[in-house]
Amino acid sequence: MSTSSQLLSRRSFGRLAAGVAGAVGTGALTACTTGGGRPSADTPLRIMAINHVWSQAIRRRTEEFEELIGRRVSMTLLTADQLASSYNVKLNASGTDVDVMMVRALQEQLLFAHNGWLADLSDRVAQDEEFAWPDFQKAPRDASVSGGRVLSVPVVTERPALYYRKDLVEDHGGPPPTLEQLMATAQELTDKRKGFYGFVGRGQRSGAVSQWSSFLYSHGGDFVVGGRSGIGTPEALAAYEYYGRLLARTGPPGATNMSLEQAMPIFAQGKAAFYVDADAIYSSFLDPQVSTVRETVGFAPFPAGPAGARPHNIPSWSLGISTFSLLRDDAWEFIRWAAGPEMTAELQRDGIPGARTSVWSDPRSLASFPPDLAEAMRLNAERGLGYDRPRVLQVGRARDIVGRPLVAGILGNDVRPVARDADAEFAGFLVRDNRHKES
Amino acid sequence: MSTTEVSPARPAAASEGGPAPARRPRTFEQANRRLKWAMLTPALLFVGLMIVFPLVYTVDLSLTDAFGAVNAGKGYVGLQNFADALGDTRRFWPAARRTLVFTVGAVILETVLGLALAMLMRKPFRGMRWVRTVLIIPLLTTPVAIGILWLLILDPTNGIANHLLAGIGLPRQEFLGSVGQSLPTLMLIDVWQWTPMMTLLLLAGLTTLPEEPEEAARVDGANGWQRFRHIVLPMLGPTLATALVLRAVDALKTFDILYATKGAGGGSDFEVETLNVYAYGLTFDYQEYGLAAAVLVLFTLFIIGVVVLLRRRGGRKTA
Repeated sequence: MSTSSQLLSRRSFGRLAAGVAGAVGTGALTACTTGGGRPSADTPLRIMAINHVWSQAIRRRTEEFEELIGRRVSMTLLTADQLASSYNVKLNASGTDVDVMMVRALQEQLLFAHNGWLADLSDRVAQDEEFAWPDFQKAPRDASVSGGRVLSVPVVTERPALYYRKDLVEDHGGPPPTLEQLMATAQELTDKRKGFYGFVGRGQRSGAVSQWSSFLYSHGGDFVVGGRSGIGTPEALAAYEYYGRLLARTGPPGATNMSLEQAMPIFAQGKAAFYVDADAIYSSFLDPQVSTVRETVGFAPFPAGPAGARPHNIPSWSLGISTFSLLRDDAWEFIRWAAGPEMTAELQRDGIPGARTSVWSDPRSLASFPPDLAEAMRLNAERGLGYDRPRVLQVGRARDIVGRPLVAGILGNDVRPVARDADAEFAGFLVRDNRHKES
Repeated sequence: MSTTEVSPARPAAASEGGPAPARRPRTFEQANRRLKWAMLTPALLFVGLMIVFPLVYTVDLSLTDAFGAVNAGKGYVGLQNFADALGDTRRFWPAARRTLVFTVGAVILETVLGLALAMLMRKPFRGMRWVRTVLIIPLLTTPVAIGILWLLILDPTNGIANHLLAGIGLPRQEFLGSVGQSLPTLMLIDVWQWTPMMTLLLLAGLTTLPEEPEEAARVDGANGWQRFRHIVLPMLGPTLATALVLRAVDALKTFDILYATKGAGGGSDFEVETLNVYAYGLTFDYQEYGLAAAVLVLFTLFIIGVVVLLRRRGGRKTA
């Protein structure tokens, strides 16, 4: 090639640069576009879900649904944190690559509703008699509604269960019916020098808040009272002190770093007498591969506090449809199928607790649960409140504030000054949160 | 589209019948000048799209009250987010302090240990290849896997570390479960992972040093420490400065191992919350994008400041 052929004039260089820039820009814009056209028949219905027994059971059955709608289904299972981050990234970019969203109605729904990310399902649930919307339990159904619109459909429900060691607790009169007795028995059974603990539970600042809520309600407190912060009330203070004392005196070391993943193995490996956590995880203790307490684990309802037994009964996971989805009708068909009466009954028979009243009142659907667990679930569902965390837009920040006195208590520090400080911070937070809601 | 064109200057010069060799350098120069820009264009566009745009966007976002969704309506609030961040003594300043403590502590230990190992490995010995292979294993492992691995080893109740401590009669420790021990423990994990990189960098520097000055010092009666202190260390200065800057910048940005072991917010008492972890929390847990962007801008300025400082000090030492 001659030298002259390599020479570029300013004009042709400008053309080249403009051409490349144009090509890159067009490519980028094409990639970023939300797209407005009708998706082809090959476009899969994209479902993003938590890696949970419910999602795994549904994934095993998707072929049946694919035949029903004549469209391929692509199901992505992620951890809760990954799922939340993915939604943030994809929906902030108005991405059309999410159709069905598995969401935590109490964690993300209000914010997603504020952002306009969840499609309104009110008409669909109201007009579909076969789907039987009134059949869903009241507390989970109420949690599905934001701003008067139904934005999600609950598929998995959860209550706190008191897991206990039958072999150890029998001599103490069986599972404790009150929190006071729980404290006393846990203290008696604790032998820290031998590495045995009376009680294990979540202790992470944010992660512990949802389980602590049942202790709070049973002490007569609440996160918000009359629109103002409720975490500085004497009832809340008593609940903070109780939970902190319980874990500090009878819990394992490093409790403030414990969420479900750290606390559960301690009970499963026979190193604790009591454990309070979601009833949905009961199967972990019956699995011989991870549990040494298979023969000795017992299940009891949440013990009563000064204000009675007031556990939470919440929709831990629900299904919604992305506003940006181009396959909303198919997405609704998926929800009808996955959360319908038949599938809910089928899954509950496999041991996955659903949200439909008809299923809970059917003895066949409870047969898969150990009898004492089924009874504990029934009682907790009856007594339960429909939320386990503050009902605000920024649930993450709220949990961080509410959880601070919990940590102080677990570390054996004086809870009062921390609770006072957290109360003031939470009061200011609620004002800002309300301002955001109105914006 | 034609991409090449003959310059009008060229035929004119040829018609004058001037000697070709005299014109050639200018032609080459012109061709080279334009062609180099043509060749650079894709890279410049890439840098523009992938680096400059996000930076400009982050600065723009930091001046807004963006909350909830970045594509929702947002208003410009001037420097309010910067004022909020700099006035936040509960989260921002403690996070900045932890970032500095983590970086300084880890990098000093890694440098000292890395240098010591490099000195030991300077002279060939039997099994050197094996040692080098073992050394790079932590470097090849993903930080999240390392986090989970150490989380299991250091678990206060079921971890092997406490079994070993108990076996030799030492008290059990809470390690990552403790508010006070978490940051030092994570610094030590970082030292475990990154000391090999310092060793390899410094070893590469040591192998390029001339042997004569050390030989001369030995002949003059200098002992090992004197030769190291007054000969090797000054000559290794530029390599050491580069290794320090690289490692310090990387340590400042540490996120994955902190998040994998302590979760959102850097632990129950925010005990390992660095600026990176704080900015992540503001973005993904609190959806306060404006404030998060302001924290990131401040963090970027902080990193630039550290790099400038280290380079100045490194330059002064090696001058």
